[in-house]
Amino acid sequence: MVHKSVSDFRDDFIAHITENRCLGNLEQSIPCVSFCPSHVDIPGYIALVADGRYDDAVQLIRKDNPFPTACAFVCEHPCETNCRRNMVDDAINIRALKRYAVDHGGHVPAPTTAPVTGKQVAVIGGGPSGMTAAYYLQLMGHQVTVYERLGYLGGMLRYGIPSYRLPRQRLDDDLNHILATGVRVKFGVNVGTDVTLENLLEQYDAVYLSIGAHTDKKLKIEGENADGVMSAVEMLRRIGEHNPPDFQGKRVVVVGGGNVAMDVARSSIRLGAEKVTIAYRRRKKDMTALAEEVEGAVAEGCEVLEMYAPDHIKTNDAGHCIAMGLRPQIAGAIDRSGRPTPMDAPEPVLEIPCDIVVVAIGQNIQWEYFAEKGIPVNRGTITADNDSALSTVEGLFAGGDCVTGPATVIRSIAAGKVAAANIDAYLGYQHKLDFGVTVPEPHFIDRTPWGRCNTKEREACDRKQDFEMIEYSLSQTEAKQEALRCLRCDKYGLGALKGGRVEQW
Amino acid sequence: MVTITIDGKQMTVAEDLTILQAAKQAGILIPTLCYLEGLNEIGACRLCIVEVAGMNRLVSSCNTKVQDGMVVATNTEKVRAARKINTELILSQHNCQCAQCSRSGNCVLQKIANDLGILDISYAKKIKTMPWNQDFPLIRDESRCVKCMRCVQVCSKVQGISVWDVVNTGGRTTVGVNGGRKIEAADCVLCGQCITHCPVGALRARDDSEKAFAALADPEKITVVQVAPAVRSAWGESLGLSDELATEKRLASALRRMGFDYMFDTNFSADLTIMEEGSELVKMLKAKESHTFLLFTSCCPGWVRFLKTQYPDMVGQLSTAKSPQQMFGAVAKSYYAELLGVEAEKIFCVSIMPCVAKKYECGVEAVNDTGAGADVDVSLTTREAARMMKASNIDVQQLPEEDFDQPLGTGTGAAVIFGATGGVMEAALRSAYYLVCGENPPVEAFTAVRGGADWREADYDVNGISVKTAVASGLSNARKLIEAVRNGKAQYDFVEIMACPGGCAGGGGQSIHEGCEYYGSRGQKLYALDAANTLRFSHENPAVLELYKNYLGAPLSEKAHHLLHTNQKEWKL
Repeated sequence: MVHKSVSDFRDDFIAHITENRCLGNLEQSIPCVSFCPSHVDIPGYIALVADGRYDDAVQLIRKDNPFPTACAFVCEHPCETNCRRNMVDDAINIRALKRYAVDHGGHVPAPTTAPVTGKQVAVIGGGPSGMTAAYYLQLMGHQVTVYERLGYLGGMLRYGIPSYRLPRQRLDDDLNHILATGVRVKFGVNVGTDVTLENLLEQYDAVYLSIGAHTDKKLKIEGENADGVMSAVEMLRRIGEHNPPDFQGKRVVVVGGGNVAMDVARSSIRLGAEKVTIAYRRRKKDMTALAEEVEGAVAEGCEVLEMYAPDHIKTNDAGHCIAMGLRPQIAGAIDRSGRPTPMDAPEPVLEIPCDIVVVAIGQNIQWEYFAEKGIPVNRGTITADNDSALSTVEGLFAGGDCVTGPATVIRSIAAGKVAAANIDAYLGYQHKLDFGVTVPEPHFIDRTPWGRCNTKEREACDRKQDFEMIEYSLSQTEAKQEALRCLRCDKYGLGALKGGRVEQW
Repeated sequence: MVTITIDGKQMTVAEDLTILQAAKQAGILIPTLCYLEGLNEIGACRLCIVEVAGMNRLVSSCNTKVQDGMVVATNTEKVRAARKINTELILSQHNCQCAQCSRSGNCVLQKIANDLGILDISYAKKIKTMPWNQDFPLIRDESRCVKCMRCVQVCSKVQGISVWDVVNTGGRTTVGVNGGRKIEAADCVLCGQCITHCPVGALRARDDSEKAFAALADPEKITVVQVAPAVRSAWGESLGLSDELATEKRLASALRRMGFDYMFDTNFSADLTIMEEGSELVKMLKAKESHTFLLFTSCCPGWVRFLKTQYPDMVGQLSTAKSPQQMFGAVAKSYYAELLGVEAEKIFCVSIMPCVAKKYECGVEAVNDTGAGADVDVSLTTREAARMMKASNIDVQQLPEEDFDQPLGTGTGAAVIFGATGGVMEAALRSAYYLVCGENPPVEAFTAVRGGADWREADYDVNGISVKTAVASGLSNARKLIEAVRNGKAQYDFVEIMACPGGCAGGGGQSIHEGCEYYGSRGQKLYALDAANTLRFSHENPAVLELYKNYLGAPLSEKAHHLLHTNQKEWKL
């Protein structure tokens, strides 16, 4: 371990010994912005919310992220973990402020498109990454055509996230804004069967591959193919297609401990399931799902069985599942992620009677067709360079979940932004986009320790009856107070020295 | 306009002022350490803190704008106590061996600590060090750095280079060379602006005075000193001399007291530079119909380093003429050795320059052509020269005025203005006009190229040939100019660039004055010396004409090429 760190970071160690310094420089001066994968101007839009300039706030977010509404509802807000205010009391409730901005503003047109370049770009996959690349490339004056396999845009935002967390009409707010720039979409076209990659590369000046991660991971246990066993991807897609499975009065077991597992568990409740059990092979506190998602699920009546690993699925003669076999686990050595490794406990396997099993243990990428075309694939993900180009195929770029593996919305958006900039450069341009928003100066106020305003939710017994949004927006008083808690790191501290913001990109 | 009250005094001031600026207008002093108006208003040192009614916390006055009705108190017990704590905290990380510091007596931190009466520090001393190549012309001492970030700002905003950056994180945050590089490998141009803008002694030029003292003490050496044009505008500042006393003749007198054998003047070789560079220009002008050209001046080694690191493809546009410092050294160790009838090796040539980069320039192999060691053996800054006078216990106030020695002590008014931005251009145009037309232009014909720390242009017609000229000082201005040329937005024939804002008058080797830029007033002194000189044209310098007649032949002759020109592409950086 020590040897590995010394050899892997040789240069850094030498610099510390000979120069008493790190090799790195502080490139990003604003803590929250530097932790946002897409580097959204967070202090900027918070200041605009404080001043009641909600349209400008949304426009400023769009400079780096064309999904302000979707992110206002579902972003996992890595920015907040790095907020300087954590040192004083609590992080600013950044996502809630974004939510307030999109609820009260944002009905402004996109900036004027740059002069038409005559270049044509194809985007494969209309998810957050593809639509982000499409938006910026279209604004730069290139004509973008999105090839979407399914009937609607949005990718996992539509087919993976239940509407009680992201109402569909609000997702459409973002998508309609993007489409209004002139992006063309071809629905129901599957690249590989309906059109070949070669065709697209011939027809277009550049192609962006953002197919996401849309197949399910398998448990590889007995009975997995029984009737009544489905993947989380399949279940959520059917809900997204307005064709939900019938769970009325059913007993459901959900396998998994991520946010998707919570999504399917809570959706099962809403589909009328009589009993929902979440089985997870580690401890509840080790779940990768956000704590509030787990709490929400429990509040809505889901049961959590910790330390149970899937063992088998018992079926009846008709081939329908009748019980989930779970093997008790015992906590073992701490692994690299800092969590105890689950090990089989010397105890009998437990069988929980059920009618439905939903497997939510992760997603895979449908890479096979692209691998045939000579695109490098490593451990099931497409290998793209840092600038999102694919070294093996000229003019082809890739990003989002299909490159990173299943990740967050904001990381996909960031990948789309990076791809847009690099495709623009590949096409021989260096467009600068100006969203024309100036950020107000900090208010001259004491910033004394002051509590954080959290959003409130609908009562569990009420919200679990339907797929309507469960979270309320902040009140105006709360939003203003919360926005004024911001320490304005863009104007003070290192931000004062380094200028604090990138006004164009 | 807003109405505010500071220390009980009501006043109406412009609303875009900071509290600090408003207080200054009212004659109320607030101490500052990191603050540099317009450049560094980041509230890092926390010494300019004041009380504002209604606010719980103290407010940094340098980056807080005034507001209508604001009531400010700059001198309360709370403020004084907080300032004292903050100063002690800075001192706890500062190497306070003031007696061994280049800035002792001219140090912002020393003054503030003394003013506050700090005799003890309540906090544990934690002095950090970082290794540094002590042979490099620019030396940084981490143990004295107060992390004010002025060097970072000057280098990036004024010079547009960003050699300095913030390094390390958290409590270890300090300043270092950008990008994890060593200073030798960085694109530092050695302008020395970070030194003159450092409030303490964390940055200084390499001290070469011992080398000069050793030569002065060596009976075998014939010591020859040359004084750059801009030095005479500033040499008396750190010696407490009034402008009336700080004359160039008293400077010659002081140098003679220090023991130099011959007191000469870089003005002489500045005139020589004009003869060579002016002839180069005229040659190009006469061939202008067949091709367009762009000629850059080459007297400023900071600028030369800038071009070579930032735009290496344009090095061919630099004039091949050496700088006045190097021309002087070449002449001293050839022509003048012959005049004295001594071996050139016996001559020890010292230059006094307003400059740090000159220390680098005199060591460049490709610029040393006499074969008698370095053409210039030691290059001293104005600050080092003044310190050497103090070390030699010379009472400069009492010195009589004396003339420079001959023949290398004669310079024209055209040479003395080399020390101000636009001066080389003006001097070159005066002589180029003569070389093309065969008669002198009116002496004030080219004053449009004078100015400050900016980028300006002037078009002239010399006997039917149009000359498009531009002048810039400060390297961020230079970068703008070059980018405009490269983008085709500007087109010039002859361009003068000086690395330091305001030219050598504002050089990185000049005396340091906290928070003040002196290049304007020093430049005015140089223009006054030009006006007072009976000789206003380089081609009329009798000593230079003599040199051509008896030794070099003519400008651009083979001998002149050997001694006075250089192949810019052969320079090692």
